[in-house]
Amino acid sequence: MVPLSYYLGLSAILFCLGVLGFLIKRNIITLFMSIELMLNAVNLSFVAFSAYLHKLSAQVFVFFVMVVAAAEAAVGLAIIIALYRSRQTLNVDRVDLLKL
Amino acid sequence: MLHLVLFFIFAIICVAGAVNLLAQRHPIDSALSLIVVMGSLAVLYLLLGAEFVAAIQIIVYAGAVMVLFVFVIMLLNAGAEEHSGRSYVAWFLGIPALASLAALVVYSLVRHEPSSRRLALGESQGYVSPVAHLLFKDFLLPFEVTSVLILIAIMGAVVLAQRGED
Repeated sequence: MVPLSYYLGLSAILFCLGVLGFLIKRNIITLFMSIELMLNAVNLSFVAFSAYLHKLSAQVFVFFVMVVAAAEAAVGLAIIIALYRSRQTLNVDRVDLLKL
Repeated sequence: MLHLVLFFIFAIICVAGAVNLLAQRHPIDSALSLIVVMGSLAVLYLLLGAEFVAAIQIIVYAGAVMVLFVFVIMLLNAGAEEHSGRSYVAWFLGIPALASLAALVVYSLVRHEPSSRRLALGESQGYVSPVAHLLFKDFLLPFEVTSVLILIAIMGAVVLAQRGED
């Protein structure tokens, strides 16, 4: 017998860990993995609401989130490869051409 | 009771994997701990009765997406990350801010329980066929649009990753 708030709390903790990873990590691939972690946390709360409120359409939204995440991963990793080819670094602190 | 025990076991594995993702310096270790997080999330989806979502979580996320990540890490031979002086500001400001945010959200969720229902194991059932009915009837147009999105993503990935004219 698990209340809904446990699942939502776990989802919130995972989302905050993802945001924290995005702030403190400096490797661009790890930043990308933090984004995936945040998307997974949101998916968990979607599925929890779907189970507790008997709305199956939430699972369809999880499907769409996964499609967007897969497309984002493919394009983002291609951008990382292009970035590495032109700058020879994965450290985001060294990619500051647009900074004032 | 079994639901509660299983929930806590896999929730702890999940949070431990996420913390390990942040603690590791090398991206390949972070990628492997992210796979642990995704696998335990799939078990949590099964506990919630969402079988279809659990299956595609393993196949798409832990399978395809993470293989892509590990492939790129090994292709670029990514080493351990280096910290510059500026990045420590994020440590000192980010960790207290995010810890207090998480504590606030969890406290308000426990205080104001959003749903009074308690879910027993096997009570909620998200079999594949009702999800498929929704996906191919009510959400048919968005489903078709995602195929266009995937096509654009494939073309974008090929164009971005190809070698330039030099």
